[in-house]
Amino acid sequence: MNAQQMVEALKQKFGDAVTGSKEQCGEHTIGVKLESVKQLLKYCHDELNFDYLVDISSLDHFHAEPRFEMVYELYGYGHHQHLRVKSLVSEDVSVPTVTDIWPTANWHEREVYDMMGITFDGHPDMRRILMWEGYPFHPLRKDFPLAGKESELPEVAFTGIAPLEGGPFVTSPGACGTVDAEPRAKRFET
Amino acid sequence: MTATAPEPVHAAYDSKIEGNIVITKLDAAINWMRKNSLWPMPMGLACCAIELMATGASRYDISRFGAEVFRFSPRQSDVMIVSGTVTYKMALAVKRIWDQMPEPKWCIAMGACASSGGMFRSYATLQGIDRLIPVDVYISGCPPRPEALLEGLMRLQKKIDAEHSLMEQKRELIEELA
Ligand code: SF4
Repeated sequence: MNAQQMVEALKQKFGDAVTGSKEQCGEHTIGVKLESVKQLLKYCHDELNFDYLVDISSLDHFHAEPRFEMVYELYGYGHHQHLRVKSLVSEDVSVPTVTDIWPTANWHEREVYDMMGITFDGHPDMRRILMWEGYPFHPLRKDFPLAGKESELPEVAFTGIAPLEGGPFVTSPGACGTVDAEPRAKRFET
Repeated sequence: MTATAPEPVHAAYDSKIEGNIVITKLDAAINWMRKNSLWPMPMGLACCAIELMATGASRYDISRFGAEVFRFSPRQSDVMIVSGTVTYKMALAVKRIWDQMPEPKWCIAMGACASSGGMFRSYATLQGIDRLIPVDVYISGCPPRPEALLEGLMRLQKKIDAEHSLMEQKRELIEELA
């Protein structure tokens, strides 16, 4: 079975829970409702032989509702197929953990929690992984400024605001042409 | 014809003429010893540390300047070479190691990151180690070549050579002895 057929099989099995699917450049993405995401991922692992969880990441669609989106990248070493599973998450909603399906999800989910502030139900060790315990922000959220915010945790760490004059390393993804998209001095509103 | 520079006049020690006695200032002697046996604390935090290691290896051979004894214990080291990106998570650890180094001590900020945060204008990076500890020599580059580190080390040696620490710290003792 190739990824295309797997997407079809998933659509049949999960029916209404599947919110959509997309194929681009040979990569298959399937969207699923949050209530069924764990069930679907378990099915992918158990029945469709996706034995490798490549990555878990998250998106912040700031100002949209639901605000966040979980992204799971799956791969199977038996059939060499890749599948991306996406699921929208509202603010203040917990996502079921997949650590019991792929143990490697442990650190990925901790990273999502640290950077985006999404919590995971049933995670065995829901701590920050990159920033220190007690750091008050989630830096990859869209409303977090690039320069950072001030914080202070005595004896552990502090943070300051980085100077951004001339902002030489600000990229503009999606701009027309490389000249505009490349990192360079740019004025931008805060 | 090329113009030749005048020969530098060395007051070299000649044991045949002068016997087993050298006369110098105490400060000068101490400075001479200090600057030629600088033991670095390698604070290798990112890519610059690779160049630091290259400087220690045989091709660039930092031991020509007496600084080959990299000490991983702060209590045995004289100069902290901060080579790499100092994240906020690491910052207080660096400060703590610095505090554990005995006086006299010096600090070299090696590379753009250690000097100013470098390209990492971000929430996670300390914008220059000089916000936490006093820096004697800054070395530009991303990363600086080993030659640049050696140049920085030589500048630090010059700086040490010009110190008159004993004269200042132990003035009473010296006056008593005189
Ligand atoms: S200055 Fe450049 S080479 Fe050195 S640590 Fe920073 S990024 Fe790496």
